[in-house]
Amino acid sequence: MQNDEIRKALQKTSRATRTERMGKIISFSCIALIVVVVAAIFWFVASRGIATFTENGVNLWQFLSKTAWAPGTTDASGVPKTGALPMIVGSFGVTFLSALIATPFAIGAALFMTEIAPKRGGKILQPVIDLLVGIPSVVYGFVGLTVVVPAIRHIFGGTGFGILAGMFVLFVMILPTVTSMTIEAIKAVPRRYREASLALGATRWQTIYKVVLRAATPGIMTGIVFGMARAFGEALAVQMVIGNAALMPHNLISPASTLTSVLTSGIGNTVMGSLENNALWSLALLLLLMSLAFNLIVRWIGKRGEMK
Amino acid sequence: MNAKRADKIATAIIDVVAGIIVLILASLLGYILFRGVPQISWHFLTSPAKAFEKGGGIAYQLFNSFYLLFLSMLISVPIALGAGIYLSEYARKNWITEVVRTSIEILSSLPSVVVGLFGFLIFVLQWHLGFSILSGALALTVFNLPLLTRNVEDALHQVAFTQREAGLALGLSRWETVTRVVIPEALPGIISGMVLGAGRVFGEAAALIYTAGQSAPALDFTNWNPMSISSPLSPFRPAETLAVHIWKINSEGIQPDAAAVSAGASAVLIIVVLLFNFGARYLGKLLHKKMTAA
Repeated sequence: MQNDEIRKALQKTSRATRTERMGKIISFSCIALIVVVVAAIFWFVASRGIATFTENGVNLWQFLSKTAWAPGTTDASGVPKTGALPMIVGSFGVTFLSALIATPFAIGAALFMTEIAPKRGGKILQPVIDLLVGIPSVVYGFVGLTVVVPAIRHIFGGTGFGILAGMFVLFVMILPTVTSMTIEAIKAVPRRYREASLALGATRWQTIYKVVLRAATPGIMTGIVFGMARAFGEALAVQMVIGNAALMPHNLISPASTLTSVLTSGIGNTVMGSLENNALWSLALLLLLMSLAFNLIVRWIGKRGEMK
Repeated sequence: MNAKRADKIATAIIDVVAGIIVLILASLLGYILFRGVPQISWHFLTSPAKAFEKGGGIAYQLFNSFYLLFLSMLISVPIALGAGIYLSEYARKNWITEVVRTSIEILSSLPSVVVGLFGFLIFVLQWHLGFSILSGALALTVFNLPLLTRNVEDALHQVAFTQREAGLALGLSRWETVTRVVIPEALPGIISGMVLGAGRVFGEAAALIYTAGQSAPALDFTNWNPMSISSPLSPFRPAETLAVHIWKINSEGIQPDAAAVSAGASAVLIIVVLLFNFGARYLGKLLHKKMTAA
């Protein structure tokens, strides 16, 4: 009788085992929730975005290559005007241009902080970078609207709205991202590389240019791609300065639009399920796929960098 | 002596680049504060916005921003803690962990406007929450989760493994070791990460314009019944936040003093975000001092 009770007590799962099991279940369900959310985002945006092509019968190639965007109206042959090329060009335009200017600045700042003046750099430049990250994007948009746009209007004429203004705003926005990743990449270059180069009689710049930057290239590229992903997905700051005209941009200072700017200004003014609305969801899907593509590029660079 | 000259020129260029970046930030902050701070007054902070006339304030928007922040942190912090614990303590090296890490990476790089549209589709339309604080808080949770999770995981990783061994050797289960030993040790890191995340959420607008809405209905600050629609605590009312307000009056506002209002609101926004950033650092240090022997 007593033996039975002891055996029972020993064979029963202990309190610790139970809390352990419960804790594991709780923490796993949190993780599972995140995965489900990601899957849901893809599922819902994709199912909406594809409707343009399946339900409304828009040709995918025409969607990507035509330049007339007015999904509510049809052209002479009765086909809805769903040419997304102006937005695609706008998005890629501001992204590449801003990355193009941000890169030398980011590399310069990173070199200053790692190779030239690590002490002063850490004291002055690091807080500057941290603060730039913290500034909300609408504030960048507001400054762009009240400073950059009038300045461009003054210097180049026109309205001032356009890809050039978007580029300037995005340049400042992605600068901290690219810089901090470049710093990490340069810091990861082993010290002995520098020592070997300096011992051979190379100057500091030769060491930086021929050794450090070469060894850090994969990391720097990753930083640039991350910055581009951020620029591509930025909505409000760009929308405030780009002019929001769904036209092919003729030059850098004519009003243009990006995928994100058309989305933010359009989705509230269309009826769910209509062609106008579906076409906007197709743009959102395009945005989603591009963000995925940037992710894949980062992974690919990481893998290639590893092999060395 | 060409190489030496190139070295000098390159160094000078790098110095100039670093100087330009400092100058950009200084002029940016200077511009916003110089233009915005004179607009800030007690009246500006405590009176409601006006759609057509001068002299509107940001009272409701400011309150909405903080309330939304509070609600979204209330939802996202427990989830991020659980997820971070799983990744740092339980996750094995297998394909499931790989899938999880990839999804978190993808989620963290998604444009916030896509998160907002997803929120619009699911929370606002599918779940019939409408443009409401709750929809906004859920969208912000989606937006904020990957960063919070990574922050929790990193903070837990910083704790020495010997601490866990000590806990396990005392007969604690792994879960108890984590909650009683590892988390207290990692708390300063976790909290400063949360405060930084809060700053990010406070300035976010793109994820909110189609979830929390773009209107700020009048609030009755004497009515604290959360179920009443005019109560400040009601999670089912539409709530334009400060960041959304700035965007709204700049893109379609018709107030005659739109520029002044947005300058003032931008300054308030920046000051709050900066306070969060400094607060994160200070709080982390303080907690570390209080809670550890160091």
